[in-house]
Amino acid sequence: MDYFIELLFAGLTRGSIYALIALGYTMVYGIIGLINFAHGEIYMIGAFTSFIVATVLSIYGFPLLAIVIIAAVAAAVWSSAYGFTVEKLAYRPLRKAPRLAPLISAIGMSIFLQNYVLLAQTSDFLPFPELIPEFAFMEPVAHIVGSSDMVILVTTAIVMIALTCLIKFTKIGKAMRATAQDKTMAVLVGVNVDRVISATFIIGSALAAIGGLLIASHIGQINFYIGFLAGIKAFTAAVLGGIGSIPGAVLGSLVLGLTESFATGYISSDYEDVFAFSLLVLILIFKPSGLLGKTETKKV
Amino acid sequence: MSDSPIILKVEGLSKYFGGIKAIDNVDIDIRQGEIVALIGPNGAGKTTFFNCLTGIYTPTAGDIYLSDPRNGKTTRLNGKKPNKITEIGMARTFQNIRLFPTMSVLENVMIGRHCRTKALIFGAVFRNKATRIEETQIIERSYELLKKIGLHRQVNEEARNLSYGAQRRLEIGRALATDPFLLLLDEPAAGMNPKETEALVALIREICAEGHSILLIEHDMKLVMSLSDRIFVMDYGKKIAQGTPEEVRENPAVIKAYLGEDVDA
Repeated sequence: MDYFIELLFAGLTRGSIYALIALGYTMVYGIIGLINFAHGEIYMIGAFTSFIVATVLSIYGFPLLAIVIIAAVAAAVWSSAYGFTVEKLAYRPLRKAPRLAPLISAIGMSIFLQNYVLLAQTSDFLPFPELIPEFAFMEPVAHIVGSSDMVILVTTAIVMIALTCLIKFTKIGKAMRATAQDKTMAVLVGVNVDRVISATFIIGSALAAIGGLLIASHIGQINFYIGFLAGIKAFTAAVLGGIGSIPGAVLGSLVLGLTESFATGYISSDYEDVFAFSLLVLILIFKPSGLLGKTETKKV
Repeated sequence: MSDSPIILKVEGLSKYFGGIKAIDNVDIDIRQGEIVALIGPNGAGKTTFFNCLTGIYTPTAGDIYLSDPRNGKTTRLNGKKPNKITEIGMARTFQNIRLFPTMSVLENVMIGRHCRTKALIFGAVFRNKATRIEETQIIERSYELLKKIGLHRQVNEEARNLSYGAQRRLEIGRALATDPFLLLLDEPAAGMNPKETEALVALIREICAEGHSILLIEHDMKLVMSLSDRIFVMDYGKKIAQGTPEEVRENPAVIKAYLGEDVDA
């Protein structure tokens, strides 16, 4: 039973991280119908930024909590700047182009950012400082659930609730929903759609950066290439839940995380990715719009 | 009416799609407080004309000037973005209803207040006092508008669940929420039953009495003739007639455009 619970929490932790990244994919898709393939790289840049900030701060002997908070804020701001710039440079000029053009542009951006970090930093795996301490009150259950798992779960939950409130109750949230439902009409009632799209990229990037910090600290090492697989997995999760749907992205991520965790725990860790992507194929065959996605009925 | 200031002046407006002249050298002017109708057979270029005015299309040639009667400022609209034009003070509705279907009635109207308020993402995150006051004001103003269009009992209903007539009225309410001085209505009575049309006419009169000017496209001739101060008639992209309802009704060019040439004449 302990083993089951251990796998359950490992799966939820993994799923939470996927969710932080998948939200960026799904929000951008919901608003401009683009799969932002550079999103995984934004997450990687978030991890690198927090690595640099945390390392510098720990040299100066800052307390751990301060390091975590400053690193998280720095990573979120820096990644947002990247997300904002990528949209402005690579997607905005192509807004009216056929859908394939921005998609190719996104893949190009992804490759560019990977290689930029490779050149600017290193190709080696860097040891990431352990930012999340072992809490004393977690001691009795430490063999099942680690402290960092707990921190990731709680942080993700808080972020999700905040995001839901932002979209449900605020003006920018309303503008985002309106833009997603009918962009032309949103412009005509005076919504500055360019600004809404920028805001979407900024929010998505900040979430991915926080995910980057959490996972890097959890796993303990980073590399310029981590964004690729994480991005693909999060994209899978978003499609699994129904791309464009925010609750769908969260659900899809948790389902994916749990599947991976149980499959590796009970069967074999060698097949982790095989299970993840088989699940995707199965869902797409039986429910092409994803778990919570809307089926589009076209009028004939 | 003829001495009130001109608020919309369109000079030599043309819009070509390749070789097709959808709008060909059209002049139109609208004065403060007028209800003006734009009529013409299907495919005459009326909706394209609206799309040029509101910035969805960039005109091929010609100028569009909008003067705000509240401060007398004149702006050339060519090449301006649609949301900028809405901000200046011109709003529109669509021929086919384009509400935000899964947002509530209240939210649909609140969205229209956007361009009149300042707070964006910062305010949303930190929710300072100014933002909260602003939000209360938005909601109050939206309620007022909903009351006027008679939808204040359905504020939390999703827009797609409203009846057809109510959806049309909500579209007008959302357009009004942007505080326009000129309102463009594209076939507001299309698909309405006689009772709904009657309520619509009353609503348009009320909006006009409050100081908004109105330009409307409509096929319901009874409505057009009873409501408008002046009428412009388009056919094949050209303006073929203009004048008061009586003048237009008698105009041979208009009769020809609608009914075809009289063989016996």
